[in-house]
Amino acid sequence: MSLTLLNAVIAVFIAICFVGLNAAYLVWCERKGAGFYQRRPGPMENGLWGLLQPPIDGVKLMTKQLLIPGGVDKAIFMVAPVLAMFPALISFVTIPFSETIVAHPINVGVLMIFASAALGGMSLLVAGWGSRNKYAMISSVRAVSQTVAYEIPLLITTITVVMICGSLNLSDIVQHQLGGFWNWNIWPFQKSVGYNLLMPISFLILFVCAVAETNRAPFDLGEAESELVAGFHTEYSSMGFGLFFMGEYANIVIGSCLITILFLGGWSCPIGDLGFFPFTNNVGWFLLKIYLIIFVFIWIRWTFPRTTIYGLLNLSWKYLIPISLFNLLLTAGLLKVF
Amino acid sequence: MSQPIELQKDETFVLNVGPQHPATHGVLRVKMTMDGENIYNAETVLGYIHRMHEKMAENRSYPQYMPNMGRLDYLSAMAFNHGYALVVERAAGIEVPERAEYIRVITVELNRVSSHLVWLGAFVLDLGGFTPLMYCFDDREQILDLLESVTGSRLTYCYFRFGGLYNDIDDEFIAGTHVFIKRMRKELKMYAKLVTGNIILMKRLKEHGPIDRDMCQRYGATGPVARGSGIDYDVRKNEPYSVYPDLDFDIPVYHECDSFARYMVRMDEMEQSLRIIEQALEKLPEGPVNPKKKPKIIKPPPGDYYAAVETARGNFGIRLVSDGTKNAYRLKLRSPTYSNMHLFDEACRGMLLADALAFMGSLDLVIPEMDR
Amino acid sequence: MSIQETTKQALSELFIDQATDTVIAEPPPAATEESVDQEEAVRLPGVIDQNYDTKGFHLDALVEHEQLVRAAEILFGLGFFIESITGVDWIKEDQLEAVYDFSRYDFELCRVVVRVFIPRTDPHLPTITGVYTGANWHERETHDFFGIVFDGHPHLIPLLLPEDADFHPLLKDFKA
Repeated sequence: MSLTLLNAVIAVFIAICFVGLNAAYLVWCERKGAGFYQRRPGPMENGLWGLLQPPIDGVKLMTKQLLIPGGVDKAIFMVAPVLAMFPALISFVTIPFSETIVAHPINVGVLMIFASAALGGMSLLVAGWGSRNKYAMISSVRAVSQTVAYEIPLLITTITVVMICGSLNLSDIVQHQLGGFWNWNIWPFQKSVGYNLLMPISFLILFVCAVAETNRAPFDLGEAESELVAGFHTEYSSMGFGLFFMGEYANIVIGSCLITILFLGGWSCPIGDLGFFPFTNNVGWFLLKIYLIIFVFIWIRWTFPRTTIYGLLNLSWKYLIPISLFNLLLTAGLLKVF
Repeated sequence: MSQPIELQKDETFVLNVGPQHPATHGVLRVKMTMDGENIYNAETVLGYIHRMHEKMAENRSYPQYMPNMGRLDYLSAMAFNHGYALVVERAAGIEVPERAEYIRVITVELNRVSSHLVWLGAFVLDLGGFTPLMYCFDDREQILDLLESVTGSRLTYCYFRFGGLYNDIDDEFIAGTHVFIKRMRKELKMYAKLVTGNIILMKRLKEHGPIDRDMCQRYGATGPVARGSGIDYDVRKNEPYSVYPDLDFDIPVYHECDSFARYMVRMDEMEQSLRIIEQALEKLPEGPVNPKKKPKIIKPPPGDYYAAVETARGNFGIRLVSDGTKNAYRLKLRSPTYSNMHLFDEACRGMLLADALAFMGSLDLVIPEMDR
Repeated sequence: MSIQETTKQALSELFIDQATDTVIAEPPPAATEESVDQEEAVRLPGVIDQNYDTKGFHLDALVEHEQLVRAAEILFGLGFFIESITGVDWIKEDQLEAVYDFSRYDFELCRVVVRVFIPRTDPHLPTITGVYTGANWHERETHDFFGIVFDGHPHLIPLLLPEDADFHPLLKDFKA
């Protein structure tokens, strides 16, 4: 009994380390990627290729003075960064990295991830309100309406996949897609998705919603630097800002894990399990896929300008929701037929 | 996006787009009374970088005042140099040799391209696209290197003298300019595809920030702001000076009156400037760059004089009141950004905050020029 | 008729009840340095043509301060835009001069300058913001630098100087 408890604690600890390492070094990837797109080298000074930059940034953030502006609601002000980081951490516990590597398999894994995403959305509201700053208020109002709007197509697309795979358990969803890319949920020409040609569209909708949920450009109105200084986290310094920052990158990793698991087959090898390394279903494929998606996230961020708030909300309510609803009904019908 | 029908006056709050703000391109303060995300009223507060250049002119002799011209609009300093040189040459009756005129045109147009590149990078940065800024600054470095080899400064030029120039250009400069023109033409194609053709950019700019012709006339807006509203006004064509009548170029005019029209005007202007530079390099005559006879102390006859030139932002005018001594009696600088910015208070009513800041970016403001 | 003549005629209606003719002979500015000693003829209100190549503008109108708004209306109707408003401090004659520059957008170039002289103590001028909204900031700036009060201005507070400034820097007897 105590051994399983120990196992559980170790597993959670490893998950948290994974999150922390990701959050730190994704920043490095982003800055190097930004430099590459912008014809400049990116971080170069600290360590080889700037690899020591994240730890040094971490030290800087931790040693800065933690300023709490006068007149803010102290409790809410200090809770907000924690609320930003915490849901991402607990979502990691349910994600299956491979057949055996999963911190704690939960039967309703998908539901857990969405519940924690909703909790993360609350941190935006709380941060903006507690900051006693008009810019932060405007930004958090924008961010909350954006989060609410984009959660819906995210949910609907996920329900479509859950309907196809028949389970809310993330490991089961991946098991359903084993055996080569022609079994993945993104591939339309297979019986398990009912030959639904709109599956790649579904994938795209999920991708766009993931970008919007994590407040990345081109949907980063919540932290629109050139308009609102720094958005809802204007008044945060030192580790408060650090937690928001890390929470954002952790959310990106969760988002791309979700995309991979739901549509790209999780840890399965694209050409099926051939029995020999590296073409077996192992964690390497999972990591490769999520980092490819994160690369595309970074690419999009540095290429496109920002949308307007109305353009953003229109996109979700007028286009993504009807299309994903239609896809859901279509899939249901096709699954019945085939 | 259409504006709401009615703004509630009693549910407004004042948002201070303060002197320190990433989007205001300098120290400009706008007191916006907002109703949620819409602007109910905006009041521009200037004067944060007011250095009283006009008083300085009264305490300095004419040649001593030339460096001040570079500090007004630092992005387009050559054109300001040109305006000041024009008015004093007109007043004192100093002739300019032809080679100097052509070199003046070449350097002014190179400066115009570099100013528009900064505008492009900063404008798209305001809209959230972080990358074109770096590309624009890379191209701008080529211009700055060229001009540094001739004038000695990278930004605040003081290259023109009354009657000519500080020094002549060399073959290296001419060869470098040819290389740059070829490179810039390729880059402009890239910008057209990557930036102008971007659907998010087009959605942000099209049909936002309308300025109609009547508003331009009431405020005296000139430059790309007026040309984006269908007004065919460019000092280089309407009131030709220097050797512009001998050069063949078009003035881009767009009639849609929105931010996208002003954007396209500036992109097309860059191409036209390259044309002008090419022709001027071809036609460049040999000869001196300073007149043979120039008075040692410049004392224009008493009276008042006026000259106007086209800078990157519009019509820059100087009114010189001289009393026959070696200092100016009164020097008035009519800055284009001052008249252009005045539009903002009226035009931004009912706009969203994000659209208003995009509108400010499309006006291409340089605050030190506005405040003088 | 060229636009210069049209404008001159339109502006001349301001002066039709003047006894003298509109064209007043004024000695052209000499290019030599002795012109400093020459006395300028005293100008009466009216419109005169100027040589564009030496002076940079086409028409020069000297008006009384009551005629200022009417002159602005005439010019607005003819399609001129306001370029700037300049103040000049003639301390020796104990007068302040306000110079209004107008120009056109089309290719028929005609620069019009409207001048008005007011006494240096307690200077007042009517505002033209009702005609040209852009004059708002120009008049505020002239008020900042010279102390000219524009009657009827909607918001005559300092523009470029600090809000509590009560000094006028461009006056010739200003000591910092």
